[in-house]
This record gives sequence, C-alpha cells and structure tokens, in this order.
Amino acid sequence: MRYGRIEEHPILKFERGRKVRFTLDGRELWGYEGEPIAIALLANGHDVFFRMEDGRPRGPFCMIGKCSSCLMVVDGVPNTRTCVTPLREGMDVRTQHGEPGLPERVSDSFVPPMEIRRSLVVVGGGPAGLTAAIQAHDLGVEDVLIVDEGMRLGGQLLKQTHRFFGNKKYYAGKRGIEIARILEREVEERGIEKMLMGTVIGVFRESEPRARYTLGAVVKREVNGVYKTGFVRILADAVIFATGAAEKYLPFENNDLVGVMGAGGIQTAMNVWGLRPGSRALVVGAGNVGVIVAYQMLQAGIKVEAIVEIMPRIGAYFVHAAKVARRGVPILTRHTILRAIGEDRVEGATIARVDDRWNPIPGTERDLDVDLIALSVGLKPSVELVQQAGARLRYVGRLGGFIAVRDRYHRFAPFGYVAGDLSGIEEATTAMMEGKIAGAAAAHDLGRAPPREASRVIREVEEDLKTFRSGPIGRRIEEALRAVVVEPPPEEWGGEIGD
Amino acid sequence: MEIEKAMERGYLLTEEIEDTFPSEERLRRGMVAIIECPQEIPCNPCVESCPFGAITMEGGINGIPVVDYDRCTGCTLCAQVCPGHAIFLARILDDSRAVVVVPHEFLPVPERGEEVKLLDRAGRDVGRGRVLWLLKPEREVHYYLVALEVPRELWKEVRALEVIR
Ligand SMILES: Cc1cc2nc3c(=O)[nH]c(=O)nc-3n(C[C@H](O)[C@H](O)[C@H](O)COP(=O)(O)OP(=O)(O)OC[C@H]3O[C@@H](n4cnc5c(N)ncnc54)[C@H](O)[C@@H]3O)c2cc1C
Repeated sequence: MRYGRIEEHPILKFERGRKVRFTLDGRELWGYEGEPIAIALLANGHDVFFRMEDGRPRGPFCMIGKCSSCLMVVDGVPNTRTCVTPLREGMDVRTQHGEPGLPERVSDSFVPPMEIRRSLVVVGGGPAGLTAAIQAHDLGVEDVLIVDEGMRLGGQLLKQTHRFFGNKKYYAGKRGIEIARILEREVEERGIEKMLMGTVIGVFRESEPRARYTLGAVVKREVNGVYKTGFVRILADAVIFATGAAEKYLPFENNDLVGVMGAGGIQTAMNVWGLRPGSRALVVGAGNVGVIVAYQMLQAGIKVEAIVEIMPRIGAYFVHAAKVARRGVPILTRHTILRAIGEDRVEGATIARVDDRWNPIPGTERDLDVDLIALSVGLKPSVELVQQAGARLRYVGRLGGFIAVRDRYHRFAPFGYVAGDLSGIEEATTAMMEGKIAGAAAAHDLGRAPPREASRVIREVEEDLKTFRSGPIGRRIEEALRAVVVEPPPEEWGGEIGD
Repeated sequence: MEIEKAMERGYLLTEEIEDTFPSEERLRRGMVAIIECPQEIPCNPCVESCPFGAITMEGGINGIPVVDYDRCTGCTLCAQVCPGHAIFLARILDDSRAVVVVPHEFLPVPERGEEVKLLDRAGRDVGRGRVLWLLKPEREVHYYLVALEVPRELWKEVRALEVIR
C-alpha cells in the first residue's frame, strides 16, 4: 500500500475526530473530521489533486499552505488549499483543471469583511512568533494578536518528534511537539488573542493613514458547520513578522510528479496527521532536515532506500546522521537524483554519482524502487510580507536566500520586526531567542515596557544567543548575519534600547 | 578527533574512536557511559544531567563531552536525556559476555529475555543478543534504553537492535 493511516507509532498517538462523509467529484468518501482535506484524500488513495492546462498532475508537496500543489474546488470555492482546510461532514471537493473560474455563488462562501485594531500584531505562530508575543505581553503590551494560517499554533514544531539540542532554559532534550504545547499553553494562560486559519496576504502602508501598519488577512471561519472565508483588515501600531520559511525545490526530470514531496511536507503528513505518504522513499539532501525526516519515516514504517547528497560530506549534525546510518540506511555522498520515474506518480528514481564539478558520472546511474521522493534541499525565508512592509532585502546564501536588513533589535523599520527562520534559516532554539528580542523591543518601542526592563531582557537573551552561536556552525551564522545587521541601530528606527 | 571521514558516510568506525573508550579493566568493574558525539554542536543536557560530575565539556555548550570513567557510575541518566541518541553504556560480564545499552525508539519494542538482531554503527547485522532489561523513562513519550547481552568481543560494535519475530 502506497498510502496508509499510521495506527501504531513509537512516539505518537493520533487523536482523530469522528468519521465524516464527503464527496470527491461526486463520489462518496470518508475521512476524519478536522483533518486536512488533503490527508483524507490521500488516505482514500486519491493523490492527483489538480491538473495543469497541459495535463501534468499535481499532488501535495509542502502540506503547510505555502506551495500551490494541492489546490481544489471546495464547496464551490476554487484554489482552496486542501492541506490547510479541515474536513467537515458533507464537503463537496472537486478536482481542478487548469485555471478555474470564479465561484458561482460567491455570497454563500464568504462572510462580510471586518476591521480590527491592535497595538501589536504577530504574523506567524511558530516558536519565534509565540515567544515574541509572550515576551511583549509580559512587558506590558496587553492587546497582542497572533495570526497564523495553520490549524494550530506551533509552526514547524508541530511535526518535530525528535528531541532538540540546546540547553535546558530553551527546552533541550524535549521534543519539538512538546515545546509547541508548552508555548501554546503559555499563550493561552496569558489570554493572548489568536487568529488561526488566518493568512496575512498583504501589508498596506500608504493607503491607510489611521495606522502605522495595515494588514489584510483572509480568515476561514466556521459558520453552522461550513467554513466561510472572510477578509479582515487589521490596523496595527507595531508588527512582528515571524512567517518562517518554505522548502526549496530542485530541478530534475519529472520533478513535478505526484510523490515528489518536501521533506517537511512528508513530516507534516506523518507526524501531525498520522498518514504515510509512501511506502519506500528516497531522500534527496543530507542536511539536518533530510536525515531527521529519514529517521522519522523509519519510525512511521516507511522504508528508506537511500539518502543522496551531492556534496562530498553530510551537512547534518553527525549524531542525527548516525541515527539513520545504524538503521542501515545508506547515506550516499557525492550522489544526486537524475530523474523521477513514472506517469502521474513516482514509481522509481534514478540516482548517480557525481564528479568534482557535480556532473553525473556516466555509467554510475542506478534505479531505485521507490514511490516517494523527499526533497530536503534547504529552506528559504518567506520574505514576501516584510518586503511589502518596506524592508530592504539582501541575498545571503548561508542564511537561506533573501532576508531583511535589520538592526540588533530585529527592527527592519520603525515598529516593524522580524524573527526566526524569516530572519535567517537556523533553528527553533535561536528562533525563540530572536522572538524574545523582537517582543521586548516592540514593548519598548510602543512605550509599554517598564523602564530598563526591555533592555535587561534583551541583554540577557543576547548573551544566550552569543553562547549558542559560539560553535563552528553558529560562528558561520554570526558571520553571515553581519551582512544584514546594521550597526548602530538607526535613529529613525528607534535607535538604541539602553538602560 | 578527526571526523571528516565520518561525515562522508554518516557513522564512525571503531578504530576512529576506540582510543576514547574506557579500558577493559574499567568495563569489568561495571557499567560505564560511552559517548559518541565527536562534533562541536550547541548541546549540553548530558553534562547537566550527571549527578556525579563525570561529564565535562571544554569551551561551553559547543564543546565535546568527555566522560571521566572513574566518576561515571553507569547510572544511565545521561543516555536518557541525550537528544542525539549518542550515549551508550557497556560492561564486560565475563570472558564470553558483555552488556551494551542502546537507545531504541522503534516498534516493536522487544521484551525481556527476547533474542534480537544486533546492529553496528552502519546498521550491519553483527549477530544475536538477548534483552536483559529495558528502561522506559517516566515521560508520556516512549524512548527506551535496552540492555543487551552480547558476545564479549562485540561491545565496541553493537549500537542498535532489531526485533526479529
Ligand atoms: C525537518 C525539520 C527538522 C528540524 N529540526 C530542528 C531541531 O532539531 N532543532 C531545532 O532547534 N530546530 C529544528 N528545525 C528548525 C525549526 O523547526 C525552525 O527553525 C523553527 O520552527 C523556525 O521557527 P519560526 O517561528 O521562525 O517559523 P515556523 O515554525 O515556520 O513558523 C512560521 C509560522 O508562520 C505561519 N505563517 C507563515 N506565513 C503566514 C502568513 N502569511 N499569514 C499567517 N501565518 C503565516 C505559518 O503557518 C507558521 O505557523 C527543524 C526544521 C525542520 C523543517
């Protein structure tokens, strides 16, 4: 079986909702209430979600709403991201072909627009956004709003079942899923407001004189058992962007077949929703994400045929690689994928050795019998919104691509902040530290923090960051950050936060 | 320690680390921790977990953990907290038998007394061993430490197990 629900898992227990019926192109299927439509479809063995105009198939890739491979017509609304839309009884799901038209009866699917105003809006509820919101709230900003397009708070932590490095203060030894729960609880205990299934789609500056930042968000809301979409205009005095990152793609023949997935997407399917998106996998890329996801695939009962890595050495932490190696998974350095084999979906993959200039060596090609190809070739910061918000971007390869130019307080503009993977791909631990700095800086700039408190928090976290980044890996990050951190903090952004 | 070669394949060879191992004399005295964590990464729960101060790290959180085998009592606390699953324990029982404790996070979970397949650092089948005891930490999440009785000469090699039913 290519796809299957995971019933037994060494770490996870899946709490599924009640069984509900829905239709796919008129055919009746069932799934669990509240799980993403995409998961229910895969569990029913249905994996071609839409076809491009030329007939090429598309199936899920990222599973967190960032790519556009899972768009379908749901209850009459085209281009619905089925990976972030929860299943409900009686949903009408239809395969999309080429460019869809507008919905026939708009009024049924939408709720009227509304407007709200908050002192601080945090866009993104991953480790960076959550710690930022908590810190700002603790320093006196009472009306903080967290907007996240996911179905739960936690961002990428929600799928990290492995235990994290670091030190105790930042939850070392705990699993990502546990850290997500702790942060979620802290948000709840403080009564911090959250808007889930809310995607911020734009930042409008000039058009709105009543606030420093105006954000446009599209929010799904349940009205009498059906999801309706509404537009919310959010006026904010300050905004912290913590939108994380998206998985990178890789060019190779047939790379768009169904079954070529982002490693993070596979992780979401397996670890959050208990669905096995394949039975035999090839992992492309031996960085931390690749080897960790390979290990988690083994735990989920997926056979991992190999991990190929084009570089001469493994990029992941040694101990993560050693965990999969001792389960007998070959990690093939100086190897790459040449093509995916199959018509609509992956039925195999061809790999080959590369020479010193990364060219495949003829005669070394080998076909692997796999039905799932996991791409883990890096993450790129999701900078679209900060760019609209006026940030200046600079390309820094080591940090994942374009990132915002900022000061040491994580300000990219007056009352605008970035934190986490968005301000350079690193780790959840540093994302939490950066979130604290941004949250404290925002509380200070908004004039809410008690005297000296913001600077005390910031200095302490800066020390933690320095210690954390003092190893060889962290030092390279520190060096790369020099290209985007402006010193001293510009006066027009708020200047120094001193005692 | 030279780890460049290990970074090409994903695992260490015994000869690349055995000079850091405890002596056979120490192994005969009782259980002792063996840490296979040769890279400078920001992580230190093992140091913090040791009640005997037996694990030290030079240069702060990014240092490489070193075990003082005279102080180590083989209590397993460090192996329980290591996020990298990089801590094993071993002892030599007699001329033919040794014990190796390995982390196990897969299903099925073996039972006491069960015979299992022994895997080395590269996942190669190196023989059979018997489960002496299992330790399930008191957390909601499962993460087992499994003590395996193995042929004496294999204490340097066995680093994982596979259930064969
Ligand atoms: C496979 C894998 C393994 C990892 N392992 C480790 C590890 O062992 N240790 C470690 O420290 N780190 C690890 N990381 C890294 C860690 O998960 C990330 O660095 C961390 O989650 C980044 O936090 P963040 O808050 O910046 O972003 P995210 O966690 O990505 O959160 C961003 C949030 O923003 C939301 N969002 C994005 N755009 C919008 C929008 N327009 N509107 C509304 N909401 C939006 C998203 O839904 C998401 O919830 C791993 C990552 C991966 C993928």
